[in-house]
Amino acid sequence: MNGGDRALNETILSVKNLTVEYKSRETGVCHAVNNVSFEVRKGETIGLVGETGAGKTTIALSIMRLLPMPPGRVVSGEILLSGENILAMPNAKMRNIRGDKVSMIFQDPMTALNPIDKVGDQISEMVRLHLKLNRADAAAKAAEMLETVGIPSTRFNDYPHQFSGGMKQRVIIAIALACKPELLLADEPTTALDVTIQAQVLNMMKELKNEFGTSMVLITHDLGVVAETCDRVAVVYAGEIVEIGTADAVFEKRSHPYTRGLFDSLPDITGARKRLIPIVGLMPDPTALPKGCKFSPRCPLADDACRQAPVELASVSDTHLVRCIKAAE
Amino acid sequence: MTTPLLQVENLKKYFEVPQGQLHAVDDVSFSINTGETLGVVGESGCGKSTLGRVVLHLLESTDGTIIYNGEDVTRVSASKLKNLRSKMQIIFQDPYSSLDPRMTIYQTISEPMLITKKLSREDIKKRVFELMDVVGLARRFVNAYPHELDGGRRQRIGIARALSLEPEFIVCDEPVSALDVSIQAQILNLLIDIQSEMGIAYIFITHDLSVVKHISNNIIVMYLGQIVEKVASEELFSKQIHPYTKALLSAVPVPVVDHNKERILLKGEISSPVNPKPGCRFAPRCDYARDACFAENPEFREILPEHFVKCHFAEEFV
Repeated sequence: MNGGDRALNETILSVKNLTVEYKSRETGVCHAVNNVSFEVRKGETIGLVGETGAGKTTIALSIMRLLPMPPGRVVSGEILLSGENILAMPNAKMRNIRGDKVSMIFQDPMTALNPIDKVGDQISEMVRLHLKLNRADAAAKAAEMLETVGIPSTRFNDYPHQFSGGMKQRVIIAIALACKPELLLADEPTTALDVTIQAQVLNMMKELKNEFGTSMVLITHDLGVVAETCDRVAVVYAGEIVEIGTADAVFEKRSHPYTRGLFDSLPDITGARKRLIPIVGLMPDPTALPKGCKFSPRCPLADDACRQAPVELASVSDTHLVRCIKAAE
Repeated sequence: MTTPLLQVENLKKYFEVPQGQLHAVDDVSFSINTGETLGVVGESGCGKSTLGRVVLHLLESTDGTIIYNGEDVTRVSASKLKNLRSKMQIIFQDPYSSLDPRMTIYQTISEPMLITKKLSREDIKKRVFELMDVVGLARRFVNAYPHELDGGRRQRIGIARALSLEPEFIVCDEPVSALDVSIQAQILNLLIDIQSEMGIAYIFITHDLSVVKHISNNIIVMYLGQIVEKVASEELFSKQIHPYTKALLSAVPVPVVDHNKERILLKGEISSPVNPKPGCRFAPRCDYARDACFAENPEFREILPEHFVKCHFAEEFV
């Protein structure tokens, strides 16, 4: 996929054939992530886009090694962070990496902070742990991070409830970036925020990412957010990547019928009003996925060939892969 | 001119809080005609949901007039209110918490008809199935409980219940915000179809500008309890005037890759609606604010035909 560029662009994260399932006695085996592979290069932002239950968050939790186990289980695959397989790492080593080399921002800023701890201390904790600074130096570093995310350091001793949603998300970003991680996983970082605040936060994340040279995996359901922040996009459906490529290629070509369905479902904010074309039906039950193409039960193009055997990702151009045998149509 | 179905004049809703008076809805006026949709858009805390609830008498207004079908209904008796309520319904945002988890779909949809006692049991049964067909719920779900259904289907139950008394007017309070885009499109199409068949008027409350533009005839933009701009929906994106509307539109992420997009970034955050200062409420965040903006509350004026703006210097932004 990126053979020629490899010499130029260092690969930070490489997820190879990741398969994750959740097991429960009542519902059986839930196939949450199926054979997912993608790479993130230095300084790059890749968007994982898809609807509720597609498996986006499970992918991120697997990379952080925060998957609840049981019921979760990595069935197969490798996750290489700077060439090292983190799935094979001892817990102690993983604990050092988490927060230092790879950080995660969660969706809900209202619950991600400790309500009884001062925000400054919550940032200091991270710095002391990983950068081995003493209390005073850590506090200074935390104050600096607060300023970096646009919060006056005079608010160091405030508690989370004294902040608005947008400000809390800034604090969380400050914690996540305090140790200058190589990789940032952002799971719907602005979904809970109002649009004008979302614009502020996205803008700041972009600036900091460029300043620190951080690579980012951005999980979102919002194609607009992807268009504005991501270099590359992977569209996730029923635990599989159905389309992956540069943002330009995916947004322009929209080769998978599911990707096209997502775009057709969106009201057009700039153009004239036309009737929306929803995708018929619902996402398949992850405990009983279709045998062939997982989108075939909802796909307007599907025929017997689609339903019979699993479909592989195939390239439509050198920057763009699609999992559909009808992609040419 | 036809009489509007609903006319709201200088409506106010203040809440008493320990710090003083919270101006949730402050001097809001608008009207809706039969079969039309008025979009109400704004960010969290701008008073849009409170507005919907005051119009429906779910909250008592502090001041102002609500005229329904030519009749002043601002203060009405309990029995009259019951009558009025069957004509005015609401669809809530969260299909997970707005349905009684212990009631089957049949019970949920039939409950309003049992309360009004206008139909026999047989007729109610017929009507429940009719309504399920209208909103696209398979009849086999009639005895299911909400937890057995996904968000899209639950929202269809909420819509069926709202339609059960053949209302003339429905407040839709963020009805698609909790849904995935493909399901959101299904529900929006359904609401549009219902309106064109039954001639129902909607107040459509949302924070999503592309949704509001898609479904509305007219749009009001709210900021801190006040309407800052009122405009026909097709003109919102071509002729927006108020600096807040401009910033709000510019903040919306558009699903088109454009590497040179310029964006207006608002500074700061929404200020407190408790004991608001005199002057324009948006002034502290406005790039164009001058002394006059902080001194005097701007009037809501017609700047272009049928296009109202609450800004001292609106003419400069046309």
